[in-house]
Amino acid sequence: MLTKLSGGKVYDPAHQIDGKVMDIYVRDGRIVERPRDEEKIDQTFNLAGKVVMAGAIDMHTHIGGGKVNIARMMLPEDHRADPTQHSAACRSGCGHAAPSTFTTGYRYAEMGYTAAFEPALSPVNARQSHLEMGDTPIIDKGGYAMIGSDDYFLRMLAAKKDQNAINDYVAWIMHASQAIGIKVVNPGGINAFKFNQRALDLDEHNVHYQVTPREVLKALSRAVHELGVPHPLHVHGNNLGVPGNVDTTLKTMGASEGYPLHLTHIQFHSYGTEGDRKFSSGAAQIAEALNKHKNISADVGQILFNQTVTASGDNMRQFANSGLASPHKSVIMDIECDSGCGVVPFKYKDQNFVNALQWAIGLEIFLLTDDPWRIFLTTDHPNGAPFTSYPHLIRLLMDKSFRNDMFTKLNLDAQAMSTLNSIDREYSLYDIAIMTRAGAAKLVGLHDRGHLGVGAGADITVYTDDPDREKMFAKPDYVFKDGELVVKDGQVIKVTWGHTHTVKPDFDRGIEKDLKQYFDQYHTMNMENFKVSSDEIAEGGRGGVVVQACEGRREKSE
Amino acid sequence: MKHLNASTFEAVTCPACGLLCDDLKIERNATDQLKVTANGCAKSIAFFERTPKESKPTIAGAPAELKAAIAKAAEILRGSNQPLFAGLGTEVQGMRSVMSLADKVGATLDHMNAYSSFRNTLVVQNSGWQVTTLTEVRNRVDLLVVIGTDIVSHNPRFFERNIWNKESMFGQDTASREVVYLGGQNLDTSHGVSPNGSQPTVLPCDLEKIPEVTAALRALILGKSLHAIEVAGIKTTDLQALADKLKAAKYSVVTWVSSDLNFDHAELSIQNITELVIALNAKTRSSGLPLGGSEGDYSVNQTSTWTSGYPMRSRFSRGIPEYDPHHYRAETLLENNEADAMLWVSTFNPEKLPPKANMPSIVIGHPNMQAQVNADVFIPVGTAGIDHTGTMFRIDSSVSLPLGKLKNSDLPSLNTVIAAIEAAL
Repeated sequence: MLTKLSGGKVYDPAHQIDGKVMDIYVRDGRIVERPRDEEKIDQTFNLAGKVVMAGAIDMHTHIGGGKVNIARMMLPEDHRADPTQHSAACRSGCGHAAPSTFTTGYRYAEMGYTAAFEPALSPVNARQSHLEMGDTPIIDKGGYAMIGSDDYFLRMLAAKKDQNAINDYVAWIMHASQAIGIKVVNPGGINAFKFNQRALDLDEHNVHYQVTPREVLKALSRAVHELGVPHPLHVHGNNLGVPGNVDTTLKTMGASEGYPLHLTHIQFHSYGTEGDRKFSSGAAQIAEALNKHKNISADVGQILFNQTVTASGDNMRQFANSGLASPHKSVIMDIECDSGCGVVPFKYKDQNFVNALQWAIGLEIFLLTDDPWRIFLTTDHPNGAPFTSYPHLIRLLMDKSFRNDMFTKLNLDAQAMSTLNSIDREYSLYDIAIMTRAGAAKLVGLHDRGHLGVGAGADITVYTDDPDREKMFAKPDYVFKDGELVVKDGQVIKVTWGHTHTVKPDFDRGIEKDLKQYFDQYHTMNMENFKVSSDEIAEGGRGGVVVQACEGRREKSE
Repeated sequence: MKHLNASTFEAVTCPACGLLCDDLKIERNATDQLKVTANGCAKSIAFFERTPKESKPTIAGAPAELKAAIAKAAEILRGSNQPLFAGLGTEVQGMRSVMSLADKVGATLDHMNAYSSFRNTLVVQNSGWQVTTLTEVRNRVDLLVVIGTDIVSHNPRFFERNIWNKESMFGQDTASREVVYLGGQNLDTSHGVSPNGSQPTVLPCDLEKIPEVTAALRALILGKSLHAIEVAGIKTTDLQALADKLKAAKYSVVTWVSSDLNFDHAELSIQNITELVIALNAKTRSSGLPLGGSEGDYSVNQTSTWTSGYPMRSRFSRGIPEYDPHHYRAETLLENNEADAMLWVSTFNPEKLPPKANMPSIVIGHPNMQAQVNADVFIPVGTAGIDHTGTMFRIDSSVSLPLGKLKNSDLPSLNTVIAAIEAAL
């Protein structure tokens, strides 16, 4: 079947196309060349005046896995307020802070998103993450395997194993957990908490292993690079939420000694200690450093005001924050000599000094960072706000007067501590397309997504150009997933299964000999069962595993 | 699981209890009889060595073709306004299909163990908790406090695999681990005896006194002093000694089995346990550990939660998922005629029979149920972990494991049957 999307205004930054009126042709799920004149076009969508972009990609969103399901289980009161009705096309479910999997898929698609990546897939819990993502319809998905506090890795680091052995382990983890990236959360800190350490700064030692977060970051960022994994090491730094952590974050940027790093939800790591309340914005320093360090990228983790729930692997920090829970409950876990998790419901309030300043800090980082290819639009769903608030966030970035109106409603002390209303920048549609499409695809390593070139998967979103950008991005006219029309006028009309994106870097399987011994000695699970198979992911006709290209293993870095 | 030759399997996962041990060795003889030859326990032997009887689908007791039974089941559900899906003894893949069908026909869902598992769920929803998992226990625990249970009636290999394991990662002499049993009477505490002969501390009390004992222990840990000299027959000084031990331990683990805390509002006692654990974490490390688990209860809760937002019990009759662990109890709905058709599922255990119901009923389950089931439709299905593959969650929630297929079977899987019923609606 050949489909023509006719005469839309196309924003495709991967090909430097900025609002050019052009036709796009789709056949068998892919974007194809303009057909010969005699070829029959089966259907045509007249998109004159419409805005056309690739399907959006959320490169950091907690949509599947143990902690997300804990968040769902612990918040029936949040679900009750937002039920979703069974319909001809869709399963029933519930939304808001920790939506059910089916509702997650529908609502992403209804906003024009066609892919979302779970950033904290704990390898021992990878099967559950894939089960949940497998029940998340329409969108493509994938995960970043979370290591760096696992005992196997820390034992290697403490034993000063050579970098190639570490690379083999990292690759083995990516295969076993069907991941597309590697994430480190509070490097070494989740492990240190198990030994009753309550904080771990970049150069502080884990009491048992005597290794520092800096060493963890260096070994892992180098491993990811040498394995040729496109997505740089995804870093949730030490000291999340702690006033003064801007210094840790600035030091962290240098900790990889030039290897690429992606610093996630950087807003939560950009706090100074100035002012009467010893809490201030570090956004200007962070943005300046981001502008300077070309090997560093970041996503913001913007907070927005309302009820949400924070779900993180960082049980050290989540335990410390559990007193702030609203409603007052939290789940904190140590997990399998592998990782941990902490789930703490949170209500961000615009009249709360800290929350209001957090809001402003996030926006300052967005607006002061020059290169939209290296800064990404996230709320760290659901930690800063549910993903359904993205259209509102896009309006804040694109509409200065709207932003300033919001700003003047904040806690007055917070306003006094922020430079936000003096920043004139407004993001363009092209900038938004970079952040949420082309840049995100490039960062994650999705070679055939996030752009509209010939050969790309036909994930395409069509909007009505509306000066109210929140309205525009909340309700696309059409969303195509792999060439099929799945959303019309902001409503799902057809449900498909998306793919699971992975990378499979080469490694020496000899490492399994030592791993098997480790599992047999210390674990409660057989090593073979730790591995998630591609068949499990594709079970019941769900979308299968797609292996994206790696850049090839580099044995030695410069 | 590795298939060594025609009849020997190593590293088999056992779904018979919440521990999901995956180190079993099983042999299969020429007549497809299975035998657990290594790392078995009473539960796994009963599970794997049960001889399946010849069984066919039936309609009103008379043998029928599978297709006809599926059509009849679909007819019953089509004619129902308030169907009840209960039992639900299945794993993730089976529950995925049950959730889809429930959404379509507007069913109410109740698992046969929901009466006890919701005691834990309510704690998570009310205050949260701080818990750990089995591999952490195996390598870190220095003090194990067992409340109101012997554990081994539910999880026979718990001590063998997680407490008296020979090696641990951080140089601990595991035989020096301390075990304390608090509450319950005449428990089998023999598994708490260390390999070096050290006896566990046993502080017995009647089960229904556990609320006050846990409250007293929590108060002592919070630094309050008690005027009482004893609580439920346990000396306050003994409780104080336990509180001091917990404070001094580096990684204590406090465990319970929700089905053994079988008294009204046991969730409040579990909350006392989990809150005392949280209090200990102000200074040292301590974790709760809910144990038990059977008939796929935790797998069903997990699958239901990600699919609908809610664990057991729930209903879909208004086209949206609704959650109420009290009102949607199968027995109550049946007694009050608040359901007009019942679908009962028990794929792991032929002894879990449906309650009596004066309404059209469908039973899908283990082939050995046939003789005892008096349903309008009976459909025998295979058991995940023996007849077909599947996925199951361990009771400590973070680990899920694949279940293997150990023999060829003519029996369809639950999800095949449920999907066929849904297609026939």
